Amino acid sequence: MIRPKLEFLSRETINRVIDEAYELLWDPGVRVHYDEALRLLADAGATVDTATRVAKIPRALAEKAVDTAPSSFYLYNLDGQPTVHYGGDDVHYDPGSAAIEIADYNANQSRTPVTADCENFVRLAEMLPQIDALATSIVCGDVPQNMADWYRLYLLLLYGRKPIVTGTFAIESFAIMHELLVASAGSAAAVAAKPRAVFDVCPSPPLLWSDITCANLIDAARTGVPAELVSMPLMGATGPATVIGSAVQHAAECLSGLTIHQLAKPGSPIVWGGSPASFDMRTGTTPMGAIATMMLDCTYAQIGKAIKPGGLPTHAYLGMSDTKIVDAQTGLETASGAILGALAGVNMMSGAGMMDFESCFSLEKLAIDAEIVGMAKRLVRGVDDSEEPLALEVMRQVGHEGNFLKNKHTRRHFRQEDYIPTEVIDRDFRQNWFDKGALDTNARAHRKVQELIAAYELPAIPEGVVRDLKAIAVRHAKAAGLNDLPKLTVRPV
Amino acid sequence: MSEELFKQMAQAVIDGDPDQAQALAQQSLDTGVDPLEAINRGYTAGMDVVGELYSSGEYFLPDLILGGEAMKAALAVLEPALKAGGRQRKVLGTIVLGTVKGDIHEIGKALVGSMLSANGFQVYDLGIDIEADEFAARAREHSADIVALSALLTTTMLHQRDVIEHLVEAGLRDRVKVMVGGSPVTQAWADQIGADGYAEDAAGAVTVAKRLMGI
Repeated sequence: MIRPKLEFLSRETINRVIDEAYELLWDPGVRVHYDEALRLLADAGATVDTATRVAKIPRALAEKAVDTAPSSFYLYNLDGQPTVHYGGDDVHYDPGSAAIEIADYNANQSRTPVTADCENFVRLAEMLPQIDALATSIVCGDVPQNMADWYRLYLLLLYGRKPIVTGTFAIESFAIMHELLVASAGSAAAVAAKPRAVFDVCPSPPLLWSDITCANLIDAARTGVPAELVSMPLMGATGPATVIGSAVQHAAECLSGLTIHQLAKPGSPIVWGGSPASFDMRTGTTPMGAIATMMLDCTYAQIGKAIKPGGLPTHAYLGMSDTKIVDAQTGLETASGAILGALAGVNMMSGAGMMDFESCFSLEKLAIDAEIVGMAKRLVRGVDDSEEPLALEVMRQVGHEGNFLKNKHTRRHFRQEDYIPTEVIDRDFRQNWFDKGALDTNARAHRKVQELIAAYELPAIPEGVVRDLKAIAVRHAKAAGLNDLPKLTVRPV
Repeated sequence: MSEELFKQMAQAVIDGDPDQAQALAQQSLDTGVDPLEAINRGYTAGMDVVGELYSSGEYFLPDLILGGEAMKAALAVLEPALKAGGRQRKVLGTIVLGTVKGDIHEIGKALVGSMLSANGFQVYDLGIDIEADEFAARAREHSADIVALSALLTTTMLHQRDVIEHLVEAGLRDRVKVMVGGSPVTQAWADQIGADGYAEDAAGAVTVAKRLMGI
């Protein structure tokens, strides 16, 4: 059976990209705004200019980091089962991260999300089997901004079972989030042995490393929490205008991140990821739904897979749209990204539910995207040719009678051969569709969202763990200037 | 002991296994189980489960149809024994079903037949390319309550009208309701040819058949 696969580059071109990326690490080098990272680099043989904070990284040093970085790792769910495999061509999907707006279906406009929205988000994401991991997707506006990052993780740990894709907004937050993960898993050793969460770390294009990114990267390495590099050149704005040029920049940024990370702790898991975009030269926006954005994502994923035997784990922000409401363009852009990324074998695709240049989350879109994900996963399973004979037996059984529906061969295969969507996807006869209210996609999705949120059940988390999580949240909220945490509706603690 | 057998009969329908359903039917006759009990408490109970699973979205058309096939296989064994005893099983109504003359499309009609059977109708599926007088003859033979006519082509759809005319000529029209379906067929066409019912899909056909039976 052949796994359908999308590849943009020849081996020769991949080598050219990698060679140029290594050359960029030396000239002009990378600018690093964090002393400890500069020290790590200098101690390992990089040439560091303390005045300009530019580190020139020799190729051999970066190659060594590529060498020590693992080719694969797992994320574990609440029950300690390895449900997400970062490695090979396995594909997984999680919701897009850090929306500062939520599309309010009833109000037909977007607004600042609050705790209740995040609760509903987790309940829904938990109930969609196509979605493999949770993400800290909702930035709650009812808590102070300086605690908004870890507060999302707190809610996910209270309500979720699935693995988590997350990240911080501040250096100090990593320790708080690690503390929450430790409370949930039982010990720091358990967090490292069976990581539940991966942390996004974002270099700034071009070739810049902020203090927070470096600190998070080093903290993640040392605690054994997987890190996910999110390099994001914007084609023609903060990176070269060409797909291949931005792929070179992406590779250089990832290689420098890998180097810092592996110097902090060799062998710690790290992901070759990103969130690059094309650049809309009419409006100055960064379209996540542009075809070149998706091409760049698939291109850098291919490079990550080819950079060492066995490749590196890969990630991309794919399956998003730039629309402000759920409409035809939303589906077009989301499906294109989700399917192309699946064909490229991107291990984790972040984006489900996300619109408006990664800023607005829609629960309805998440329910629709789950169907897209179902289809994309079916696509990459390919065409099963393992049956022998392929069709002779069943064709001869049915003969000219014309009804395969009542043949056992059909019953044996139909559930696997096609992805069977929920009623979010309209496949009704016209009259039935009218009778059910003549609903469009968004309205059908809204109904599904309500249904699934109502059907959600809290995971069994020991009372002591819930208490510990709350104690951590209360303590850090006070430090952030918030005396009373917002009331939770689903798990009053 | 019969309880266990009834459970297995139901399971054979739920599993969509005609061979097993038939073997169990024979076994029940051999061991003196009342065939009506076997139908009602075994196979029909299984069909009810299949119907529920279909409604709740866990089962799909092939499950429904193979369940119906299992039911049919069991009835082939049990109904002669029932008749020999001068009894018959209770059905919602008797339907003669087929695709009209000149039309060799099987699948839509088969789906309607399975759905009607699954919902408690006795269905005689005449097959495809059926002459108008054949429908009339078989309706008389089986004392049908409903004649159901399928056509997939705009050209063959016209023969649905012929069948109704034949039923009139045969003096059956006042005793037999007519329902029509198929991709080109509409409510307007049904009205135009004087049919009693029309539905867009197989599930709708059950609703229409029940309405025609006054249920």
